Amino acid sequence: MLSPAEKQAIEEEMRHYANRPSCGLEALKIVQKHRGWVSDEGLADIAEFLRVAPAELESVATFYNLIFRRPVGRHVILACDSVSCWIMGHDRLMQRLTAELGIRPGETTPDGRFTLLPIPCLGACHRAPALMVDDDLHEAVDPEKVGEVLGKYA
Amino acid sequence: MEKPLTKNFLPNGAFPDLAAYELAGGYQALRQALTRMTPAEVTQAVTDSNLRGRGGAGFPTGRKWSSMPIGAGAPRPRYLVANADEMEPGTFKDRLLIEGDPHQLIEGMIVSAYAVQADVAYIFLRAEYTRAAQCLRQAIAEAYGAGYLGGNILHSGYGLELYLHISAGRYMCGESSALMNALEGRRATPRDKVLRSTDSGLWGKPTVVNNVETFCNVPHIVTHGAAWYKALSRSADGGTKIYGASGKIKRPGAWELPMGTTIRELLEEHAGGMMDGFALRALLPGGASTEFVLDEHLDVAMDFDSVQKVGSRMGTGTLVVLDDRTCPVGMLRNLEHFFAQESCGWCTPCREGLPWIEHVLAAIEEGRGEAGDLDMLARQAKFLGPGYTFCALAPGAMEPLTSGLKYFREDFERHIGERRCPWRG
Repeated sequence: MLSPAEKQAIEEEMRHYANRPSCGLEALKIVQKHRGWVSDEGLADIAEFLRVAPAELESVATFYNLIFRRPVGRHVILACDSVSCWIMGHDRLMQRLTAELGIRPGETTPDGRFTLLPIPCLGACHRAPALMVDDDLHEAVDPEKVGEVLGKYA
Repeated sequence: MEKPLTKNFLPNGAFPDLAAYELAGGYQALRQALTRMTPAEVTQAVTDSNLRGRGGAGFPTGRKWSSMPIGAGAPRPRYLVANADEMEPGTFKDRLLIEGDPHQLIEGMIVSAYAVQADVAYIFLRAEYTRAAQCLRQAIAEAYGAGYLGGNILHSGYGLELYLHISAGRYMCGESSALMNALEGRRATPRDKVLRSTDSGLWGKPTVVNNVETFCNVPHIVTHGAAWYKALSRSADGGTKIYGASGKIKRPGAWELPMGTTIRELLEEHAGGMMDGFALRALLPGGASTEFVLDEHLDVAMDFDSVQKVGSRMGTGTLVVLDDRTCPVGMLRNLEHFFAQESCGWCTPCREGLPWIEHVLAAIEEGRGEAGDLDMLARQAKFLGPGYTFCALAPGAMEPLTSGLKYFREDFERHIGERRCPWRG
């Protein structure tokens, strides 16, 4: 079941679009914001609420990089792996991150604190290498000091 | 030298709020356009200015707007969209424009929407641009509060609703027809180009999609006129351009400069040249989907037509610099990994071909390349080029590869011959 708060948020967004099904991506983002990710049940509930086929909504949910169809940690790290960051030391940064966290890209730490994901160009090419933790952009990250960045997130 | 697009930028990440923007002359272009000009006059001014689309393709903005049906019997609602899905690797100019002066984009959009008589406008922003989203939310609320958005703007009889759409991440969304599918809540696959979006766009209605930087130019053209705007430029294309550079250079960054500034000036004067101990090998002039250029091309003017004459494209105008201590095969592998991952899967050559190219480049870089691989890559590059795919993603992906195979032939052969990456030792 979608919660009253989720339904209300979806209905508010719906006013910005020409019809109900167009709100699918917004609805997925709203449910993800409330629950951290989009479960099969959550997806089916959205589909029913918007009156679209669940398979159609599933094709949307799995198309976009930032709709999570599996549970993620309390904090999501998005490490830019595109060309400028690669030239400026992305590989070393990733080595330090995976060593610090004890997980590979795509995984979540056993304590549920962090999920580590690669992401295309974050638009911080002049301050590379870059990564995001949740909504925060961290630029010109020194791989040897990545522990300090992570320490800000409990 | 005038810098209209960045003149209001503040240090320390702050941006001018409504009051500061108005104090600097902001929303005067909107007032002028809506109260003293017809929509056709605004479009004519933009046409006369030689403003070309700043998203990378360089289509003349005025010509795009002229195909919008705006007569009494024309379909409604009509839509206008700012493409702020900046995901071209190496490109960061639109983020700086939004974060530096969000009201400039909003004013540009309202004036442009008036010119094409749009009823509803969207800013299509990529999800990772969280700071830009904050800036825009505040600026949109301020613009509504001041009566610059909503019904009957400045008692002109013209009204516009403006919404911020935050995407969920996919490079394809930057392609304007795929962007419209994304806005309709669908997968971002491209549409058939038989119908122009100005005839049948969002929800089948007339729609104009322009890049953020394109819209930011419009208020200045309206205020100062086409002649002034053309005089800002050193080339046939009007105006200034936000150029940028990244890689192993002394001062990576972005700069507003006259359109037609040379690559050499960008690299040597503004970026400060290569970092000590590094030499220039090649560079991508305008993001990941442009062809490499070499040292011998540095005196070319960065405008749409000039860069094409040396076999590449200006694209987004943000240089990605390859130095002599970075493996060119590794760089191409990184680029093609991006394109393979971001292919939307709609058409077969792109869906199947790009992962195969990435696979072969990975093998070569890791010392498992075979003698025939380079010919195979060249053949694949042809069949993923213009004319074989549904949209421009795969042909764009082939631009660095084709030029890389030409310029880095010896590096490829060394990888295959020595069965290792010489840069990894």
